[in-house]
Amino acid sequence: METVLLITTTACYLCGTVGYLIYLFKEEDPIHRTAWGFLLLGALVHISAILARSAREGHLAVSDSAEALSFFAFILVTTYLLAQIRFQIRILGSFVAPIAVLFMLGSSLLPADMVPKTGIIKSAWVALHVTLLFSANALFALAFSAGVMYLLQERHIKRKSLGRLYLRLPSLERLDRINYVCIVIGFPLMTLGLVSGFVYAGAVWPSLWSWDPKEIFAVVTWAIYAVLLHERLAVGWRGRRAAWLAIFGFSAVLVTFLGVNLFMEGHHAAFVR
Amino acid sequence: MGRIALLGMNHKSAPVEIREQLALACRGEVHPLQALPRLECVGELYVLSTCNRVEFLFTCEVIDPAVRELKAVLMNHLGHAGADDLDQFLYLYEDIDAVEHLFRVASSLDSMVVGEPQILGQIKAAYREATEYRTVGVILNRLLHKSFSVAKRVRSETRIGSLAVSISYAAVELARKIFGDLREKRILLIGAGEMAELAAEHLRAQGVRQMFVANRTLERAVELARRFKADSIPFSHILDTLKSVDIVITSTGSTQPILTHGDIKSRMRERRNRPLFFIDIAVPRDVESRVNEIDNVYLYDIDDLKGIVELNKEERQREAERAHHIIAEEALKFSRWLSTLDVVPTIVALRRKAEIIRQNELNKTLSHLPHFSEKDKQAIVLLTESIVKKLLHNPIIFLKKKSDRDSRQQVMDFAQQLFNLTDGAELNGSTLEVEEAAYQGDLEAFKFGKK
Repeated sequence: METVLLITTTACYLCGTVGYLIYLFKEEDPIHRTAWGFLLLGALVHISAILARSAREGHLAVSDSAEALSFFAFILVTTYLLAQIRFQIRILGSFVAPIAVLFMLGSSLLPADMVPKTGIIKSAWVALHVTLLFSANALFALAFSAGVMYLLQERHIKRKSLGRLYLRLPSLERLDRINYVCIVIGFPLMTLGLVSGFVYAGAVWPSLWSWDPKEIFAVVTWAIYAVLLHERLAVGWRGRRAAWLAIFGFSAVLVTFLGVNLFMEGHHAAFVR
Repeated sequence: MGRIALLGMNHKSAPVEIREQLALACRGEVHPLQALPRLECVGELYVLSTCNRVEFLFTCEVIDPAVRELKAVLMNHLGHAGADDLDQFLYLYEDIDAVEHLFRVASSLDSMVVGEPQILGQIKAAYREATEYRTVGVILNRLLHKSFSVAKRVRSETRIGSLAVSISYAAVELARKIFGDLREKRILLIGAGEMAELAAEHLRAQGVRQMFVANRTLERAVELARRFKADSIPFSHILDTLKSVDIVITSTGSTQPILTHGDIKSRMRERRNRPLFFIDIAVPRDVESRVNEIDNVYLYDIDDLKGIVELNKEERQREAERAHHIIAEEALKFSRWLSTLDVVPTIVALRRKAEIIRQNELNKTLSHLPHFSEKDKQAIVLLTESIVKKLLHNPIIFLKKKSDRDSRQQVMDFAQQLFNLTDGAELNGSTLEVEEAAYQGDLEAFKFGKK
């Protein structure tokens, strides 16, 4: 049953992606409405799949990489849907929807339930830790998309070659603003997420910090965003550099989130592999 | 009322003095639509009057006398000018050409500034007036509604309106792609010149409130400041002003660049890297071209802008062809619908004949049967009605089906001979009502495409 729901979800996200890619080149309201509707439908099916699985396992279903990827895709789509309602940045969907599809496909390719379950995962702290961090990561993904759009648009304007994409992309200032807002909201969420992780680690393991690769990369990622935010607020960094840093930051997020899960040992591995 | 025609003048066909007179006259106390009841040859009428065009769209049986009548109305409105004077400025489109012209106007392809959106609003307002005066009927109602949807299609399927084809407007479009909303932005105008001033005007139209002007001659600076409601600053303070402005338009006669790479780079930190957009319209250039390499600084000179305009012009040409294709397609669809109206009188005559026969026979029969109760009589009435309806059903469907074919005239002739529809002279009050109702019913059916 969950498999059917997840396949439906992926199909919905895929339809949404196709719609948004068409919308990128053909600006028509019905296309956007349809694509948005597919994403919404996908998100609704997705949450029911996640809830069903969580109910069966007795805790939030993020206990292996497949579940984590799927949960992240859900948070990402939901974040975009909310951002679209609030800020009307339709073209962002053309960048976010494909990412969600990739994550869903990744989730379905990874083997599920490989690790024996430990009692550690059954805590509200874990659910809080994961939800906060994934929400932050979703916002960073939006910032990343806005950064890519910014670089594309700036390239058009600087090089004075105003193609079709130039007409469809929003203004530089708007994209920079989206980048900023996403990071300003995402950074505190990430900080709280990390803190909750450390607090819980302190409660169940001998120490808060155990040189686990995931911990190290998480702190590096946090530092990148801290620098970005600081430079923005204190020095007035913006535009191209801020866009590059948002892209760099999100790459670090992916390494922390996926790279470490898949390729490195550590005590997170006990329940994320 | 089988034909549609459009009589009018626009910015291409008539000089501004004539258009002004006519537009003024049309906005006078007596609306030209009020003349309709006095016009014998004109069926439905709609009048569009803007500062760039005056157009009469009407239906009629024969075009020439209708045009004569409308010209007389025009003369009447203008008062003095003679008919010969006016004729050379007027154009007349007939049937499908008239439909296409209306669609072109509504889609803003015929406007002075192609793609400007106001014209559709003006057409809607004119249509509202015509409905208030009740001068539009089945045909023009449908035609005008169609023109709204065609305009929408052209706007959404082509990019005809989104391509800047003047240098000053191209500059403004770029500014919008950099800054988004321009209302809170500040403009610095260095030097003066036709194009720079035009760009400044466009920016004002975008809602820019704060503007500074700098000029070597004080009088010119003061004059510009007054014209754009701007603050005048001394020429020597330009570099300081760079800290606070967002868009700089330069157009001086200087032979050396007045703003260099170093000048600007050193000020970006103080600006906290807020974007700065230079529009350099001067020849030779006022801003060093290396300035474009600085982060968050964008420089466009006159050649860059000309390049964009050239590309946009080519693109617009292609878009215009696509728009014309859409219009031709829609006009054809409309004229096909229009031709289906031709069979309506035959259908009406057929229904009328059947109704007359039914009533006559019914009266004869019932007068021989006085002992029938009301209920029985009612049953017989229903019976006759249903026989007539069922008998006529197939012939009417057949006529409607053939209504948009070329062979419809032949089909109509056959139907008229077959049912002998020409001698329907024996009319009385009740059948007239039936005719009216049936006619309306058929029109409704056509309107909504129920065949």
